[in-house]
Amino acid sequence: MSNQSFRRFKDKLAYGLGVLCVVLAMLPLASILFEVVGKGLPAISLGFLTKTTGNITDPSSGIGNAIEGTLILIGVTSLIAVPIGLLAGIYLAEFGDNKFGRTIRFLNDVLAEFPSIVIGILAFSVVVIAIGHFSAIAGAVALSIIMLPIVTRTTEESIKLVPSSIRDASMALGIRRWRTSLSIVLVTAKDGVITGILLSIARISGETAPLLLTVLGSGFFFSGLDQPIDALPLRIFTDYKNSNYPSPLAQGWGAALVLIMLVLGLNLSVRLLTRGRSSFARARA
Amino acid sequence: MSLSEEARPQQAKTPARRRLDALRTPRRFSADDLFETSSTIFAAMIILIIVVTSVLLIRGSIPVLQSFKTGFFTGTNWISVAGSESYGVLPYVLGTLVTSAIAVAVGVPLSLGIAIFLAEMAPWSLRNALSRVIELLAAVPSIIYGFWGLFVFRFWVRDYLEAPISSYVGAFPVFQGTPFGLDILTAGLILAIMIIPTVSSISKDVMMAVPSSQREAAYSIGATRWEVVRTGVLGYARSGIFGAIILGLGRAVGETMAVTMVIGNASGPAALPTSLFKQGATMASVIANEFSEAEPGSLHLSALIGIGLTLFLSAIVINVFAQLMVWKVLKVRAGSVE
Repeated sequence: MSNQSFRRFKDKLAYGLGVLCVVLAMLPLASILFEVVGKGLPAISLGFLTKTTGNITDPSSGIGNAIEGTLILIGVTSLIAVPIGLLAGIYLAEFGDNKFGRTIRFLNDVLAEFPSIVIGILAFSVVVIAIGHFSAIAGAVALSIIMLPIVTRTTEESIKLVPSSIRDASMALGIRRWRTSLSIVLVTAKDGVITGILLSIARISGETAPLLLTVLGSGFFFSGLDQPIDALPLRIFTDYKNSNYPSPLAQGWGAALVLIMLVLGLNLSVRLLTRGRSSFARARA
Repeated sequence: MSLSEEARPQQAKTPARRRLDALRTPRRFSADDLFETSSTIFAAMIILIIVVTSVLLIRGSIPVLQSFKTGFFTGTNWISVAGSESYGVLPYVLGTLVTSAIAVAVGVPLSLGIAIFLAEMAPWSLRNALSRVIELLAAVPSIIYGFWGLFVFRFWVRDYLEAPISSYVGAFPVFQGTPFGLDILTAGLILAIMIIPTVSSISKDVMMAVPSSQREAAYSIGATRWEVVRTGVLGYARSGIFGAIILGLGRAVGETMAVTMVIGNASGPAALPTSLFKQGATMASVIANEFSEAEPGSLHLSALIGIGLTLFLSAIVINVFAQLMVWKVLKVRAGSVE
């Protein structure tokens, strides 16, 4: 074989290996979707989605409390993390071009990669110890620490994409700087900001480890923010621990289907609506 | 502001920019100052969170460190029965190291193949769609990886990987034991799948930040596409790709649920990773398994927080290192570094 054709062959080989890698990576994704849909779908019914869990071996029990808990946790977490994240992101974009700003930006990226179980220990040490028992609010604090760096960074990135002519025009009209930032620049950047928030919600709704240390799980509906609460990922984990019985196993697959539809639904809609503007959120959320 | 300052010619600045500068000059305290101060305070909360985490983890692990001194890091016993308590994290640290090493060894070559293919070779019409699909792997919650790992992937590993290995080279110490599917190898392979989206999408971004002059120079002397990647792109993107790999390692070290569900959860000396086909435990999986059973104020809880501290310190070191590598490369593209 001549040198020329050997080089061509190596080029073809590299291409073939690239295709193989992509296919190999897609295999688990396809299998997960196939199994979760195939095994979860038979469990889904109106009663399954609305009833409480109660006794684990009761085949007519549902995951209504887990769905409710996940929605409550998402709501409370967003109430804590979104305002802080927005303002921190505004700071980084508007005033962050100095040493302090660069430090914050760096630490924010480090915080985004913290193991979530360590954040669970943090929320346990602060909130659970203070209240004296496991509670929904402790879970929301843990999740908001996971959500905060994602919202901060995507807000900063989206604000920096706003053309400076828009800011200058507002300033030229004599509008105050804070008003310009909030009513002109942030509103112009809102698509990117909302994308970041939605992706961070998708990320936290699947988090399990920090919830294990903070909200504990419960078989009943919501009974106050200072009480234990259930959540979809926790329900799946409880079902895994009881998977010797047939009905928790079926319930686990059903809960997995609901959770994956929530998470992938958020992701897909965001990715279809915006054309992947924030590489940060794409890689880490 | 004095009149002389106002009158100074500033050709480079637009009128709006001058107004902005005027607004920036400190006068009395205004709504703008309030805005800047409050947003600074909110940004500073990120520092606060990291500081509070370090303080709480150190404070929480003081009791166990006082009882066992360095034995906490070198010991292999893990007994939480009151009276004969003994805590050593060595098996779990080694478990984390071995599973993460498997994840990097298997996941990185696959990720780099994907990144090279998507950044340099795939048909343009497919690049975006394929990238999205690979990124969806990152969106799947780890508890679902765990459930799938336990009921599906475990049997793939047992039947197609462990059984053949065991029957041919089962005499080697690292492959000793009965293929069971719930062991260190399965945990490492699940981690490999989970780090693929991180490593491949950051490596892809880094490769796409390589200036096209690099590629054109290689093409102009007659290089094939693969030679362009090898000589022009990979060398240039080297440190960023390295950073992406380290970020993937950080992910693998901190990953909890999927590992907890497939590693078999051994305890104490039994968790030492002497064979890939053994049940094991990682730092994160021990915390997840035992935390809600530990009594508040007990030595057991302190030992678990001590594991958290070890995990936290390794995550900080790994991530600071990785972020510095990735930043260096991506900043060159943004033009903010000379």
